[in-house]
Amino acid sequence: MSGPAVAVRDLHVSLDGVPILAGVDLTVAPGEWVTVIGPNGAGKSTLLRAVGGLLATPGAVSLFGTPSEALRRRDRARVVATVAQSPVVPPGMTVLDYVLLGRTPYIPPLGRESAADLAAAHDVLDRLDLTGFHDRELATLSGGERQRVFLARALAQGATLLLLDEPTSALDIGHQQEVLELVDQLRRAHGLTVLATMHDLSVAGEYADRMVLLADGRVVASGTPREVLTEQLLAEHYRASVRVVDGEHGPLVVPVRPEPRTVRAE
Amino acid sequence: MTRALRTAPPTRRAGTLPASRPVGLRLRWLVAGVAAVLVALVAGVSLGPVSLPPGSVAAELLNLIPGVRLDSGLTEREIAIVTELRLPRAVLGLLVGGLLALAGGCYQGVFRNPLADPYLLGVAAGAGLAVTAVITLGVGAGGALSGLPLTIPLAAFVGAVGAVLMTYLLGASGGRSRSPATLILAGVAVSAFLSAGQTYLLQRNADSIQQVYSWLLGRLATAGWQDVRLVLPYFLLTAVVVLLHRRELDVLSVGDDEAASLGLHPQRSRYLLIAAASLGTAAAVSASGLIGFVGIIVPHTVRLLAGSSYRVILPLSLLFGGAFLALTDVVARTVAAPAEIPIGVVTALLGGPFFVLVLRTSRRVLS
Repeated sequence: MSGPAVAVRDLHVSLDGVPILAGVDLTVAPGEWVTVIGPNGAGKSTLLRAVGGLLATPGAVSLFGTPSEALRRRDRARVVATVAQSPVVPPGMTVLDYVLLGRTPYIPPLGRESAADLAAAHDVLDRLDLTGFHDRELATLSGGERQRVFLARALAQGATLLLLDEPTSALDIGHQQEVLELVDQLRRAHGLTVLATMHDLSVAGEYADRMVLLADGRVVASGTPREVLTEQLLAEHYRASVRVVDGEHGPLVVPVRPEPRTVRAE
Repeated sequence: MTRALRTAPPTRRAGTLPASRPVGLRLRWLVAGVAAVLVALVAGVSLGPVSLPPGSVAAELLNLIPGVRLDSGLTEREIAIVTELRLPRAVLGLLVGGLLALAGGCYQGVFRNPLADPYLLGVAAGAGLAVTAVITLGVGAGGALSGLPLTIPLAAFVGAVGAVLMTYLLGASGGRSRSPATLILAGVAVSAFLSAGQTYLLQRNADSIQQVYSWLLGRLATAGWQDVRLVLPYFLLTAVVVLLHRRELDVLSVGDDEAASLGLHPQRSRYLLIAAASLGTAAAVSASGLIGFVGIIVPHTVRLLAGSSYRVILPLSLLFGGAFLALTDVVARTVAAPAEIPIGVVTALLGGPFFVLVLRTSRRVLS
């Protein structure tokens, strides 16, 4: 497979007649980390779903040079792995069993896990420092631990393209950093490509090679974090009042309270 | 590996690392399930108006295996009781109980809903209306129709399958918004609609209420080998399809989107499993009427005791569901002998308290 990891051309998506994405173009090079930002309802999650093959998008999405719809589902699952915004936690399921679900694209239909699948799951669990967690029930883990397990399941898929939908929205800032550092290390160590959506703009800018600002279903800006995270763009598309400060690893976006409108007592 | 990885919080219970195995059916549970089936079989054949020694019964059962000849010490009449009366009844109990529990467990997985039971999509109401129609209209026509041995099972089967088809068509007409919940709601609507028809028919034909109710409450009473032969093909079909998909049901438990991104076709698997489970339920209902409770309580008991993976729940539900119903039938026909208590009443009377006991003593959670 060759070509860009993700190539989206003129993607239109409507749900129940409401246009969600109206002509989106997006290219992600292999090994790159691209983060999609945008206000609520801009279509970030829908874009990720389309890239992940969960929406029918004839001709609009290619993965590593192959049109997405030409890939069989199992084959696509070996190329793209998704960590959903708030994954379902099946009651009673242990960490090991959950991570083994990631091996589904390698298990023949109606078949069972092989020793190789088990080894792959153990390997991922070790790499993510989850060695002692095998037999713990997923539901009993803390938010940060859970997020690592979700990531482990996606890595067990053996996919080189990782789609992360708000991977840190449920975490405190310490665990946010921990998870994102982990993703970045795995990316460098294994040549993974990361396409993420994020709400926290400063954090998003620190980890992304490039950013794409989505508003009303269109790409309104894209480029390096410095090019996208500007006071003017954020004011226009988020209707937010912010200061952008230069930071060590990228611009830091600080919300500032807008000038209060003076209400004169009669 | 790298610096930040080491700074991750230390894992709890580090140091104690038992060789962890992936989920699967443990041998001891499989043995327990098979033992329960055998105990139910021997008890079902031994106990009754004429009590037979369990040892002799076991010997006589082994004699059914080609090539085995043991002296059971039973008279010819007793052997006939074993092979022609009690054995088919016990076997039918195993098949019906296994089917209902398996279908219930399957529905709970397919709909990700712990309240799902085999009658969720209208099987009970469809069979109920069809049987009521046959009994009341047949009685009206001089009893000719309802006198035929296969009329009621056939009507129940057709009514059950027809109701599930109605539910499916109604649920699928939801278009984009269709989801497992749409199908459940369609099942509720179809059930209400068909039950209303059944109530109307009963009101108009009050003289046949008793006959209809004795069917509604379930019975294994008139079982001969003929009923077993009727149910067996559906039993095999349902068991094979559902058990082959047991791992897929585990994958479906993470939701449709994630199952799809893992390479599955959730909708396709769901409809195949619903079709298989519904067909099995329809066959069970046609042979023994509406036996409640087994389909919902047995899978949950297994879940609480043995594990929450469908790779554990489904095979064990098949075994323990069968054993539970066969044993329940023994109680139903001996407690008030020579009269028989409807088996549906006994399943609920015995199963309810037992389930509460399991619920209180289990450390696992249901959902």
